Parts: sequence; structure tokens; C-alpha cells
Amino acid sequence: MKFRSLALAAAIASVGLSAAVFSPDVRAQAKEQFFPVLTGRTGPVAPNATPWANGYVDYFKLVNTKGGINGVKITFEECETAYATDRGVECYERLKGKGATLFQPLSTGITFALTEKAPVDKIPLITAGYGRSESQNGAVFSWNFPLLGTYWVGADVAIQHVAKQLGGVDKLKGKKIALVYHDSPYGKEPIPLLQERAKMHGFDLQLLPVAAPGVEQKATWLQVRRERPDFVLLWGWGVMTATSIKEAQATGYPREKMIGIWWAGAEPDVKDIGDGAKGYSALALQHGAEPNAKVTKDILAAVHGKGQGTGPKEEVGSVLYMRGVVSAMLAVEGVRKAQERYGKGKVMTGEQTRWGLENLNLDDKALADLGFAGVLRPVQTSCTDHMGSPWARIHTWDGKKWNFSSDWYQADQKVLRPLVMAASTRYAEEKKITPRTPEQCKQ
Amino acid sequence: MIYRENGQFKTTYAADQQIFTIAQDKWFVLGLIAFAFIGVPMLADEYMFRAILIPFLILSLAALGVNLLVGYCGQITLGAGAFMAIGAYAAYNFMIRIDGMPLIAALLLGGVATAGMGILFGIPSLRVRGLYLAVATLAAQFFCDWAFLRLGWFTNYSPSGSVSISNLSVFGWSIDSPIEKYLFCLIFIVAFAFFAKNLTRASIGRQWMAIRDMDVAAEVIGIRPMWAKLSAFAVSSFFVGVAGALWGFVHLGSWEPAAFSIDRSFQLLFMVIIGGLGSIMGSFFGAAFIVILPVVLNQILPALGALVGVEISTAGIAHAEFIIFGSLIVFFLIVEPHGLARLWAIAKEKLRLWPFPH
Repeated sequence: MKFRSLALAAAIASVGLSAAVFSPDVRAQAKEQFFPVLTGRTGPVAPNATPWANGYVDYFKLVNTKGGINGVKITFEECETAYATDRGVECYERLKGKGATLFQPLSTGITFALTEKAPVDKIPLITAGYGRSESQNGAVFSWNFPLLGTYWVGADVAIQHVAKQLGGVDKLKGKKIALVYHDSPYGKEPIPLLQERAKMHGFDLQLLPVAAPGVEQKATWLQVRRERPDFVLLWGWGVMTATSIKEAQATGYPREKMIGIWWAGAEPDVKDIGDGAKGYSALALQHGAEPNAKVTKDILAAVHGKGQGTGPKEEVGSVLYMRGVVSAMLAVEGVRKAQERYGKGKVMTGEQTRWGLENLNLDDKALADLGFAGVLRPVQTSCTDHMGSPWARIHTWDGKKWNFSSDWYQADQKVLRPLVMAASTRYAEEKKITPRTPEQCKQ
Repeated sequence: MIYRENGQFKTTYAADQQIFTIAQDKWFVLGLIAFAFIGVPMLADEYMFRAILIPFLILSLAALGVNLLVGYCGQITLGAGAFMAIGAYAAYNFMIRIDGMPLIAALLLGGVATAGMGILFGIPSLRVRGLYLAVATLAAQFFCDWAFLRLGWFTNYSPSGSVSISNLSVFGWSIDSPIEKYLFCLIFIVAFAFFAKNLTRASIGRQWMAIRDMDVAAEVIGIRPMWAKLSAFAVSSFFVGVAGALWGFVHLGSWEPAAFSIDRSFQLLFMVIIGGLGSIMGSFFGAAFIVILPVVLNQILPALGALVGVEISTAGIAHAEFIIFGSLIVFFLIVEPHGLARLWAIAKEKLRLWPFPH
């Protein structure tokens, strides 16, 4: 009987609490800009998504120590998705009601789901370095911002790098290039561009899928051993990447011939393998590990120095931590730009923030002021180009840290543009969207 | 006390055979439906609709389908996720490949296509049973995962393998606001729940139950096992397929095969086991338990932590959610192995002569 009454009390308490939780939020009235944070701190991508989330949140804290965005303080709330689409959608719905400025889902699957919802709710989605590649076309995808690069940019740069290694584009003919990819929308994104390039240069593209989450890859690497491709492009994320490199090691496939996407090129992927991963290269979404950047030092001093750091101090400046910092910076600068038009020191809505993101113009000086000198190249977006910068470079693991090993590459617009236009036009037809005209953009 | 059938005399066969023979039951269910149609739209906000009520309704429908097969006919299936996927992709293909396809027809045709596949994957049930059948139905899961990932035709050659549908409308009623989506799903679920309830009271449902209780004996009294088992597979798959189509069209809007992974199959089976095997009401209880509880836990834990002055990290909440959810499953299965529906039945019995169930 005692247990019953306890259970009853617990039930009543939980009902009361849930009423408290579900009650409408009053935050929007204060002068605070609210950024929802979708995290993947648990689940198959936790080792990689955790530093990203820490960097993302730490940058907001840094902006707050400098007085916010023209005096508007930043608030944020985390919601755990564990890289699952349905949980991501639930988080979106939950945080949307609290006056969300913009979302960064950090999952291509969630991005696909939210792409359908964002236009209805008028909330921009920043997908820096992931998401739908055709969403670069802002005339059709008005609310998606794949800032700094899409998977098509990544794939294009990877092929350019391979060509350079071989000594020219004409040498690609007859070569075998394998794509080992996470079997999800994320891993499949680069395929159309690679197929286009394969047609252009006459190389043989082999598609080797790895079932999510990617801890079982024996069969895939047996195929690699049999086919002996000249290069392997690795589209891995989370636990998959480290497994791939270990399998390559076991198969005896040279790590020097492997190029990972920027999500498969960070410390958690190679640290435990150490020397075994030596020579493994990955694309860098402009930035790499940046322990010497000004923004890193600022965060160490103003956030970690005050005991406010989100994660361990050692990870500040690591590749994915920096990705989080850069993503947060783009979001904050979008709001700052929007304030220029809609009123400095005011709280921006999602719709106003979109205008800011569409008119971002971060030149070298602006980046240097923000502490990103040498980390990023200038970013300039427009209504029709939601990406802002088609540049990337390569960095290589030397057994202890990531070092840049190439010059900058620019994705070839002659290859990229037709694909983006074809895919986005098809999407617009399917969804009966009329692409925005330049006049509409000015509004 | 309140719940007693004393004085309710049936004078015709029709009155004796209605769905709810006790007036209180009838009024309660009618009241509940009226509340769901009128009260809920006035009370709930957008978050409640999109994140809780719509997934709950759709997964209840799927659980109902699984319950027909597992609870009423006794055929364990681990392919429910796959059947949801078939429903979703079939409806998607009917929608985009046939011009002017009405939405409801596409959803139902998705269900019909699933029923066909259900019969196909149900054939092993004629020779194997129990756990062996569960393993055989796993084949459906793996086959569908493979087919929807690898065969471009099903996804209309979408480069990423993700398909999407939008601008839903029925007879000029465009379903885009959360309330409309909720009502649309609610209409489906109410219609299907009554359909299921009637099926289980009719000859076909009695055949299923006879097969479940002892198939040899059922065969001896003249029930054809093949017909009974395959019809259970077909009807169950039809329900699950329509639920899958609704899940894709109404809830997600854009989906990939991972939305219907093996996890979903397990989830549906657990809903049925926790809710109550062989009970229509139990499907709803199970769906509520599995869908709503994790979300509520996820939101209550930080509030609880704040109450005692502890800030729980995001990862900590996610882990705690799993721990509490798991222990609650164990708790309920120990306290009431027949599921939440049995608790409901006991509660009703207690209401007759408080507090003694009889």
C-alpha cells in the first residue's frame, strides 16, 4: 500500500511538472536572441558531434562576454537528437515554440525533414558543410543555407586533388576511384557529382556502401582488397570513420590513397589509431585544427578561463570544435547583419535573420576582427547563392596532429552549377515552388 | 458502483450484439472520441500536435495492425517496420506516378500494396511458428531496407535516396496546419479502430483467436489455417501499411529507409506486448507508453534537476531517459504481464464494487 501511495504521489508530481514544462515561455519578451542547439552527444556519432556542440555553445558564451550582438544577449537551449531523424524533428518542434532564430541540425537526415518544415515556420536552416547540395540555389531553397560548402563541393575538390596527385586531369582516365560511404542521405549526396566527373574524365567510379552506423565493414574492405582502387574517397561520420581506417590498415590499403570528407577528418577519427592512420588525408572545410587562431585564444581566456567552458579544455581548437565555433559565428553574423537593416540592438525574428544570412559579406578584415584570420576565406552570400564560398583544402594526419598538405582548391563552377540548377529545378517542380526572382530577393 | 450493467436489459439480438454492450462503456468511448475531435484541438498547442499527438495516433494505428497479427492470431512478426516502409513508399509512388491521384486513395492503395507483400511474407507462417516465424519475418525487414536503399525506381531516382511529399489535400481541403493534420489522422484511426474491433468480433477474428489458442484444434473444428493466417497477415499489413504512409506523408513529410528501420519493428512489437496482446485499447496504451514517455522524461528531468539545484547535462538526460524508460518497461511487465490493457480492465472491474475487482 505504501508503494502505491508513493507511485501515486510520483504520478501527481510528474503531471504538475509537465504542466510547468509545457507552459508557454516568456523568454521572447526579454531582449534575448534565442538559439536552439540540436546536439548528438549520445548515439553513433557522439565522439564527433560532442566537440561540435561544445564549440557551438562556447562561441555563444564568448559573444555574451563581449556584450552580445550589439547588446542583445544570446540564450540557447540544447536538445539531444542522437542523430535520429524523428528525435530531431521532435526537438525542432519543441524549440521552435520558444522563438528559435535558426536551426543547425548537424545531420543530413534531419535537414531533409526540416527542409519541408522551415518554409512554413519561416526559420532558416544553416547546414555548414552538410545538408542538401542543391540547396545552394537560394531562389528555390529560400530557407536553407549550406554555408561554406556542400558535399558536391567536397567531392569536386577531392577529384581535383586526386588529379593533382596523378599529375593532371588527363591522367584520371582509366583509373579506379572507390567511394566508401555511409549508407544514408549523407553518404549518397556526393554520388551525382562523382558520376558526372567520372563521365567527364573517364575514370571508373565504384560505389561501396557501408550500412549505418558503420561498425561492420569487413565485406566492403574485402571488395577494396579485390578491386584495388587507385584512390578511396571516404564519406564516413562518427564511429564509421575510425573503423574504415582500421579496416584499411588490416587490408593493407595505403592510407595515403584515402581522402575523407571534412566530417571524416578530425581528431576523434584517427587519435586512437595514431601511427596507423599516418598519411590519411581529409578535406578541410576551409579550417583545420586551429590552436593558434585568435578566436581559440579568446575562448580559452574568456570562457574556459572563467570556468564557463562546456567541454574539456584540451579539445578547444580541435577540428570539429572549430567547426562548431565557425557554425555559431556564421549564425551570429547573420543576426548582426540583419540588425543593420531591421534595427541595431533589437531581437531578430527568423525571417529577418534570413535576410542577414542572405546578405552576409565577411571579408578578410571582418574575419580578422572576429578572430578568424587564417581560419576562413571571405564568405559572401546572395539570394541565389546560399553557399557563399566554394573553397576547400586538404589536411593530413601525421600520427599526432592534422597539418595542411595542399593549397586551396575551388570547386569547378562549370561542373557544380548545372548540377545544382538541374536538381533544384526538379525539386521546385515536384513541390510546385516558383523560384524567387531578383526583385523578390530585394524585399 | 458507477460502472454496473444492472438494469440494462437487451430485448433484441441487435442490442445484444452491439460493440459496447454496457451503456457506460459506450458513452465513455463516444465521449473520448468527441473530446479528441473537439476538446483536444482547443487545448493543445502546435508542439503537442506535431511532436506528440500525431506520432502517437499514427503509431497507435500501426500497433493496432501488429496487435491483430500478434495478439489475435498469435503470429509473431518482426517485420512491422518493413511493412510501414512498404506502405509509405507504395503510397509515394502512387502519388507521384499517377496524375491527379487523390490523397486518401493513395494512402489506402499503399495499404493494399502492403497487404499483398504481407501475404507473401506470411507464407512461411504456414510451416513455422513462434520464434522461428519471428526470424522468418525479419527477412521482410532486411529485404525492404535493401530494396528502398538500392532500387532507384522506388525513390524516383532521388540522388540521396530521400523522398518527400508536400501539399497534401483532400477534396480541396488542404492539410497543412498541425490541427488539420491531427484531425486527418484522427479520422483514420477512429475508422480503423472500429473496423478492427468489429473484425475481432466477427467470424474472421474468432478464427484468428482459435488459431492462436491451438491451431491443431482449430483445424479439427473446420478452420482453414492457411486462410486464417494469411488473412491475418493481409489485414495486419494493411493497417501497418496505411500507418506507414501516414507516417511518411503527414508526420515526416520527407523520409529515408532509416525511418522504418528494425528499431521501428521492435518498437511496434514492444508497444503491443506492453499495451496488451489481443486488445484494441491496449494498442493505444502501448503506443502512448512508447511514444510519449521518453519525450516527457526528456523534458521533466531538467526541470526536476533544476528543482533540486542540479544542472543535468544534455548527454546525462539522454542516458537517464534510457535508464528510467527501460526500468519502467521491466516494472510494468513484472507487475502486469498481460499489459496495460489488463490494468485498465482491472480498474473497470473495481469500479463495479469498489475496491474489489471481480
